[in-house]
Parts: sequence; structure tokens; C-alpha cells
Amino acid sequence: MLTYAARRVLYSIPVILVASFLLFAAVRATFDPTARLAQSRDPQVQQRERERLGLTDPILVQYGDWLKGAVHGDLGQSSASREDVSAMISRSMGNTLQLIVIGALVSAVIAIGIGVYSAVRQYSALDYVFTGLSYIGVAMPPFWFGLLAIEFFVVQHRWLLSVGLHTGDSTSFDLDYVKHLVLPVATLCVQIIASWSRYERASMLDALSADYVRTARAKGVPRRKVILKHALRNALIPFVTVVALDFGALFGGLIITENIFAIGGMGRLFYNAILVGDVYVVQAWMIIVAVFIIMFNLLADLIYGVLDPRIRLS
Amino acid sequence: MRTEGNIGGVEPSPLGSPVGAEPMSTLSIAEPEPVPRSQWQLFRRRFLRHRLAVAGGLVLILLIVVCFGAKYFAFYDKNQQNLLLGPTSPSKEHWMGTDEIGRDTMTEILYAGQISLKIGLAVALVSTVVGTVIGAMAGYFGRFMDQLLMRFTDLFLVVPAIAVLAIAIKFFHDTPFDQTTVIIFVLAGLGWMYIARVVRGQVLSLKEKEFVEAARASGASSARIIFRHILPNCIGPILVNATLSIAAAIVTESTLSFLGFGVQPPATSWGNMLSAAEGNYNQNTHLLYFPGIMILLTVLCVNFFGDGLRDGFDPQAKH
Repeated sequence: MLTYAARRVLYSIPVILVASFLLFAAVRATFDPTARLAQSRDPQVQQRERERLGLTDPILVQYGDWLKGAVHGDLGQSSASREDVSAMISRSMGNTLQLIVIGALVSAVIAIGIGVYSAVRQYSALDYVFTGLSYIGVAMPPFWFGLLAIEFFVVQHRWLLSVGLHTGDSTSFDLDYVKHLVLPVATLCVQIIASWSRYERASMLDALSADYVRTARAKGVPRRKVILKHALRNALIPFVTVVALDFGALFGGLIITENIFAIGGMGRLFYNAILVGDVYVVQAWMIIVAVFIIMFNLLADLIYGVLDPRIRLS
Repeated sequence: MRTEGNIGGVEPSPLGSPVGAEPMSTLSIAEPEPVPRSQWQLFRRRFLRHRLAVAGGLVLILLIVVCFGAKYFAFYDKNQQNLLLGPTSPSKEHWMGTDEIGRDTMTEILYAGQISLKIGLAVALVSTVVGTVIGAMAGYFGRFMDQLLMRFTDLFLVVPAIAVLAIAIKFFHDTPFDQTTVIIFVLAGLGWMYIARVVRGQVLSLKEKEFVEAARASGASSARIIFRHILPNCIGPILVNATLSIAAAIVTESTLSFLGFGVQPPATSWGNMLSAAEGNYNQNTHLLYFPGIMILLTVLCVNFFGDGLRDGFDPQAKH
């Protein structure tokens, strides 16, 4: 298990290097960090700034410099606020990780619950209800869901809250926090729950009709145990793959969710950086998010190894 | 399944019932003559049985006709203001109400639908054509093309699509193309990879089939084999994915426009109508409801239609 994990970590290093270089080059081609100096009266100013930032070097050299800095925790300075990018990112990461981790867990638990129920009681009334809801959940743009949810739960009924994650400067995890958290997490997850539950239903149906389930039943294994131990464990294997692939979408969803609910996290950081063309923030953001997605993928691979003993051998 | 002429002859006996106990009389009844049906007829029968798909297709056609013919169908002119009227709730004169400057919401929605639908349909078309050609080449020639395609698509799994799209649209911001064209090409530029992977998978299995070997043995060129022999056999998955990519493109466009990266005012799409309506929580909630309902309705119809196509093309479909 440990060697498997170590090998997977080693494999992901070249992926991160190549991906980060391409992202670096793409962001550089799109944004010019000295754009705001183009209007200045002295035409030398922009040129001097370009030389100071090392923008005249070949792109590979620039990337090397950036990487050297990044390893030491220096991601450059925001060209809009002159703040250290690493400080901005570490400030935003806390809120984002809360949303992502809680969101992924909630989505997985609900999707597995719905999927297993719908598969075990296929064609029951509730199965049809879940199917209908999943069609709507997939078709509904998440940002519209967020707006409707604010309208209903915050403005009309005042049950929940929709700005930030805490009231005032509080940082405690109490009822106030929960009231802030429900709607952003729901907005982030609604589409994902809808599609994950369909996958889980399909793979659970496959597992339930497999020979080993029939064998287990024939041997007189209790129904509960057949469903949870024999069928569910196998049905989770394809499910984990889908979950891993969707982590990118989860980060994309953050840009929408944090924007609607005014949460100061990575999504909002990216949104603001794009609006003002803040190169160093966009660059660092893309690469850090890519590393996070690769890490989550790695985690999914390890879970995969736990679920499917055949993988551990290879 | 039994309603379709059973070519095998004898019906398989249901599990558990003793075969020998069948009364002789049932065996002596002549099997119904199998009716010859073309592929197209079989497809049409299976598709029409999927009622939601038929309904979805009809609503979709209606939406396309009404939006693109907004000039003839809308009750008011585009951007016709009525400042004295201001925002009103839905009424007999204005079925979907009016906005802050007294424009008829339904008229605005129909015109906005032109851009939303245009982007959805064009993205599906471009990404399907590009994805099919690249996927077929990667699957057929293998090696270098294949590696390139797979690594390229892997790369896009590690970044959120919406972030890449936002940056790409910024990149083309200063080019002389109009914004709709830029959005279409950027969305298609990322959308083709999914279809390419599907086609690649199909081609990988089809190219080992005997009919391909026969074509190659009789001296057909690679291009002829791909376009005349292999691709017509993948038409099902290609069409299904093309349909579903319309839905994906419409949702993505609305999200980008909502965030302010997509369609820019004064041009309107359903997405940026919602962006303009954000904050209308206490009053004028109809401005918040209707554009979203249009997106939901369109995407639902497209998805139902796609499901119908999938069942229609799948001979093993259970119904």
C-alpha cells in the first residue's frame, strides 16, 4: 500500500511540472503585468518595469525563476495591490477548503444514499422522484439555484444567511456558521449530487445483478449485508473514479458560489484577479488549484486501492 | 422485446417453468412472419416510444422557431421602453412582466434566446466535427496522434474548465472577432475533447472488425475506410454526444455571462439577464425567474431528446 502511494506521488510530479508550465505560458500570453504603464508619458517606464520583472527573458527562464520562488513560498506580488500573492492565497485557502471538503463529503454521502436506495427499490415511487429531481438538478445552472435559494430561504423566510461564512469577526463553528454554510454548500453541490447519484444508481444496479450477489443471497447472507458489503463495496469503485474526475468542476463551482455568497475564498480571489488582469494572482491560482486537483485525484486513487484489492498488487 | 419479430424462432422459456410441460398446441402455432425493417425504421420505432424525448424535441423546435422568429412572434419591439410603466409583474399585456425601464420581459427573453441558442447549437456543431475527426484519427492511426490527444485531454482534467474559459475569452478580447464568435470558438475549443475521446474508443474497437479488414484488403485508402466504413457505424454515440453538448454549452455560456466574462451588455443572453436581475429579491422576482426557467426548459428538453436518441440507437435498449 505504501509503495503504491509513493509511486503514485512520484508519477504526479512530471504532470504537475508540465501542467504548471503550460498554464504559466498561457496566462503570460493573455495578461501583461505592465499593461497599466502603457499610458504613462515616459515610454521608457514600461520597458524598465518589464526588465525589472524579468519579462524580457525567454519564457522557460521566466518559468524557472517563478518556480524557484514558488518553492521558497514566494509567488510574486499582486500587480493590483502590491500584496504578496502567497499571503493572499493562504488567507483565501481556509474558507475554500471548508467549502470543498464539506461539499465533497455531503455530496458523496447524499449521492450514495440516493443511488443505493434507488437501485435497491428500482421503479419505486421514490426512485421516480429522485430520477425526476436529478434531471432538474443536472439541467439547472447552479448560479440560478443559488439566486433562487437566497430569494426563498434568506429574503422571504429569513431562515438562513447568505453573506460570508460568519457574522462579524466571529470565527467559531456554531449555529451561526451552519446557517451561513448551508446555502453555499447546497449551491456548490446541487449539480454534482444530481449526477453522482445517477452514477451510483447505475453501478449499484450492475452490482446487484452480478453473480457474486446472487451467490451471497443463495448462501443465505442477510439482505442488509448483501447490499452493504457485497454490492455497495463493488459499486463504489466506478463511483470513486467519477468523484475524482469531478474535483475540477468543484473548484470551478467555487468561482460561482463564492461570488454569489460573498465568501472570501479562492474562487473570489480568482474572479477579482481576472477582472483587473492581476497576472501573478491568476498564475499562482491556476497552478495551486491544479496541484490540489492532482492531490485529490491521488487521494481518490488510494481509496480505489482500498476498495479494490486487485489494484494493490499491481 | 417480444413484439418485434423474434428471429430466433422459439421463445426462451421463463426461468423455473418446466420446458416439457408446455402444451403442444402453443408450439404448433405458426411464428409470426418477421417483418423486415430498415435500420431507420427500427430507430424511429424505438425513439418514438420514448415519449419524453418526442415531447422534448417538439418543445425544442418550438423554442428555436419562436426565438429566431422573435421579430414576428414577440408582442413588442426589441428594447421598446416604457419608462412611465416601470417594472410590473406578469399581466395580460405583459405575460412575463416588465423590467425597470418598462421593457417587455418576454420579448427580451426571446431575443436573448437567439444568442443563447446560437451559441449552444454552434458550439455543439463545431466541437462535434472537430472532435470526430481528431478522435477518429487518434483511434485509427494510434501512436503519436493518440498519445497527443490523450495527454492533451488529461491536462484539462487538472484545471477547472470555467477558469480556463474565462482566461481564453480574455485572450481573444482584443481580436477583431465579435464576442459571440469568440465565445463559440472558445467553448468549442474545450468541448471537442470529450467527443474525441468517445469517438476514439469506438474507432479502436471498430477498426479490428472484419469489414474494415475487407475494405483494406480491397485497397481502400485510410480516409475512405475512416469516413465511409468506420464513422457511419459510430453515428449513434456521435449524435447523442452532440445533442448533450448543446445543453452543456448553454449552461456554460449562461454561467460565464452571469459572472460577466461571457456575453456583454448591451447584447443579452439568458445568463446576463439573470446577472442583471441579481438582487431583485423582494420585488420584481419575475425577472429572476423567467430567464432561468428558459435555461432549465431548454436543457431539460435537450437532455430528454438525447436520451431518446441513445435508446433509439441502442438495439439492446430495454423498454
